[in-house]
Amino acid sequence: MLAKRIIPCLDVKDGRVVKGTNFLRLKDAGDPVEIAALYDKEGADELTFLDITASHENRNIILDVVKKTAEQVFMPLTVGGGIRTIDDIRGLLNAGADKVSINTAAVKDHEFVTKAAKRFGRQCIVVAIDAKKATTPGNTTPWEVFIHGGRTPTGLDVIQWAKEVESRGAGEILLTSMDFDGTKNGFDIALNRAVSEAVDIPVIASGGAGKLEHFYEVFTQGKADAALAASIFHYKEIAIKEVKEYLAQKGIEVRIT
Amino acid sequence: MKKIAIIDYGMCNIDSVARAVEKLGTEPLITDIAHEVAQADGIILPGVGSFADAMQELNARDDLIRTIKTRVQTQDTPFLGICLGMQLMATTGFEGGKTSGLDLIPGTIRRLESVLAEERIPHVGWNEVNQVSPSALFHDVEDKLDFYFVHSYHFQCDRQYVLAETPYCGGFTSVVGKDLCFGVQFHPEKSLKSGAAILTNFISLC
Repeated sequence: MLAKRIIPCLDVKDGRVVKGTNFLRLKDAGDPVEIAALYDKEGADELTFLDITASHENRNIILDVVKKTAEQVFMPLTVGGGIRTIDDIRGLLNAGADKVSINTAAVKDHEFVTKAAKRFGRQCIVVAIDAKKATTPGNTTPWEVFIHGGRTPTGLDVIQWAKEVESRGAGEILLTSMDFDGTKNGFDIALNRAVSEAVDIPVIASGGAGKLEHFYEVFTQGKADAALAASIFHYKEIAIKEVKEYLAQKGIEVRIT
Repeated sequence: MKKIAIIDYGMCNIDSVARAVEKLGTEPLITDIAHEVAQADGIILPGVGSFADAMQELNARDDLIRTIKTRVQTQDTPFLGICLGMQLMATTGFEGGKTSGLDLIPGTIRRLESVLAEERIPHVGWNEVNQVSPSALFHDVEDKLDFYFVHSYHFQCDRQYVLAETPYCGGFTSVVGKDLCFGVQFHPEKSLKSGAAILTNFISLC
């Protein structure tokens, strides 16, 4: 059976790994290549780098990070953050990324998803969706898509947007709950389930992991195909190995190393 | 040191394959030049993207295709197709319109169709490779190990070419082989130790 995937996410700023809480506060910690190798040992199924470098001049640093990581770690590597052009994607894939995750650029130009999937194949195009319970007056959609690292509401309905990116050639959806991210109270089960049921492509759940049970819930009730987490792995609150052993015990198919 | 030609036909992301075979003690030769391929000890055809686009790129290099076919079909040079590279070994593909493939192993490339509700397409992630026929590629490789897959299409062929199957969408062929010509649907270069074992076995044939 296809195993449910556990994916640690490394937030990278100016070539260093940091981890934010609710996307706004950041702490510093660590060398990305070293952390990637550690996650490999712990049994991670993939790695995701989220580049949150703000200044344009430092944006090429991520290419170097990806290259150095790919030289050491022979596992799938996804890179997201600040991808705007076909050339950005080509650069990352050439550096050693297997997949790229597109967020703001996809919302701003829907055609970008189509073009990227056609050029590089849908298997390497992940569309990241930052979802938040819709609170805008008059908005009837349950969840709204946010961009710019969760700062800007778009008015787009998450479910509709997920279907649209699927039809445009996205190979996976990385679904982050902005409401649950950083809370450690568990994944947004309703959100993940709604999106998973609306599309046929794999959905990676993100935001809110704090306990072992949360992973079980998101794979069963939330119908997610993979679960992504940053801080609990980064600060060693839970080891990936522990998550997998727990899931296996509960009858969930995982890759045990 | 063995030279492994890694065919570069503009479909990106071949460095990871090169790095993997380099780590296993061979000299990777990233190339689309026929006479370089003619001198290699083994040939790897990687690839991500769509079948039709890839064949268009390959067909634009007709001397390269001729050399690959000569080496595989008349000189017994070991050949390994990875993911899309495996699919391109078939006779015909249906991704991006009906397209002729390299025809190294008779077969057809069709889209996966889910049988169970929870089977999503593309098939992404770690899944079992069940060995159905003995092969040098599986030397010291445990049966039913997990490998990393990411694809929407699969190889359909006669049983005699099926070396392994993976239980997804009713079961699809995940490894094909004919003489020293092999294709793997998964990414050995991304499958950690299990992947390295498959590559090591391929290299030992070169």
